[in-house]
Amino acid sequence: MNLDFSWMAWTWPTAAFFIVIVLMLFGMGVWEYASPGGHPRIGVLRFETTRGDRLFLSLLGSAFIHLAWLGLVGPNLWWALALSVVYAVGVFRYV
Amino acid sequence: MDKTWNNKAWFLVLPVLVLVAFSAVIPLMTVVNYSVQDTFGNNVFFWAGTEWFEDLLHSDRFWEAMVRNLIFSFIILAIEVPLGIFIALNMPKKGWGVPVCLVLMALPLLIPWNVVGTIWQVFGRNDIGLLGYYINALGIDYNYVQDPIDAWVTVIIMDVWHWTSLVVLLCYAGLVSIPDAFYQAAKIDGASRWAVFRYIQLPKMQRVLLIAVLLRFMDSFMIYTEPFVVTGGGPGNSTTFLSIDLVKTALGQFDLGPAAAMSLVYFLIILLLSWVFYTVMTNYDAER
Repeated sequence: MNLDFSWMAWTWPTAAFFIVIVLMLFGMGVWEYASPGGHPRIGVLRFETTRGDRLFLSLLGSAFIHLAWLGLVGPNLWWALALSVVYAVGVFRYV
Repeated sequence: MDKTWNNKAWFLVLPVLVLVAFSAVIPLMTVVNYSVQDTFGNNVFFWAGTEWFEDLLHSDRFWEAMVRNLIFSFIILAIEVPLGIFIALNMPKKGWGVPVCLVLMALPLLIPWNVVGTIWQVFGRNDIGLLGYYINALGIDYNYVQDPIDAWVTVIIMDVWHWTSLVVLLCYAGLVSIPDAFYQAAKIDGASRWAVFRYIQLPKMQRVLLIAVLLRFMDSFMIYTEPFVVTGGGPGNSTTFLSIDLVKTALGQFDLGPAAAMSLVYFLIILLLSWVFYTVMTNYDAER
């Protein structure tokens, strides 16, 4: 059987993007195995979040940071990436 | 008592994972891949980088469709939620009227979206449609094909007719779950009708109302079939909502790259709003 996935139009940048996402999920799995329970706590948003919630918020926020950068500044996204990393650290530290 | 841990149980999750992979993950990955490329067909793609996202974020057409969609969702919620509560409060709680009302309320929900669109397309026509003909006979100039306001009114009334029942049924389920003891206590205290609603019925309906608002917002924000069948997004672009614009771009113009970029932005907005609603609902449960 010859499976043809050319219609998915894979590129190296998009493949790298998904590999990073999968590695993050794998890392969260390892973290959960080492320290079970999800480390729930109440942060600056005044409601309980777990590690998974914080990762979700980090990724979703990063997506919007990149879109806002594209719309307001320009196509060079390295600064948006740096801002997203700072934002994600902030979320994991204070949310 | 110690729990029994058996990691072989994880294999039972595999069928769901396979289903989700084929129905959601693989299509989403494909959309991401398309959003950074251009194609003229035959599986030949050209790298475009973030160009489609930039075009989209600077596109008046996209933002106009977004504003239209938000206004539409706001109007729908502002009408359907109070109307749904009002009807639920006035529905019988006992006797033969209960099944009759429930069946009547459920009927619009059973009709497929495209059929609803076709019904209202014919119903609103001013030459052969009952509604359109008699409104014009009253001296009101109504023509949803040519007048944007008439088109909006038609689409809104159609959605209210189709989906208020959902709010009614959810509110009714919340109302019938209130024990009689609450009403008896209110009667002893001499509470007015308004006080019973404000301090007993409304708080008890809060959870189902949150679900109703979430469902109606999501559905109205993603509305496609009914306005597409009735107005086709017109007159002009007056009823072109995000999903209609998306289909026009992807299938009408075969611009898969821009359509994929638009899909992703649309998806992120829905994801954010779903998270906000989910958080509000789960925190409300936790507070209780």
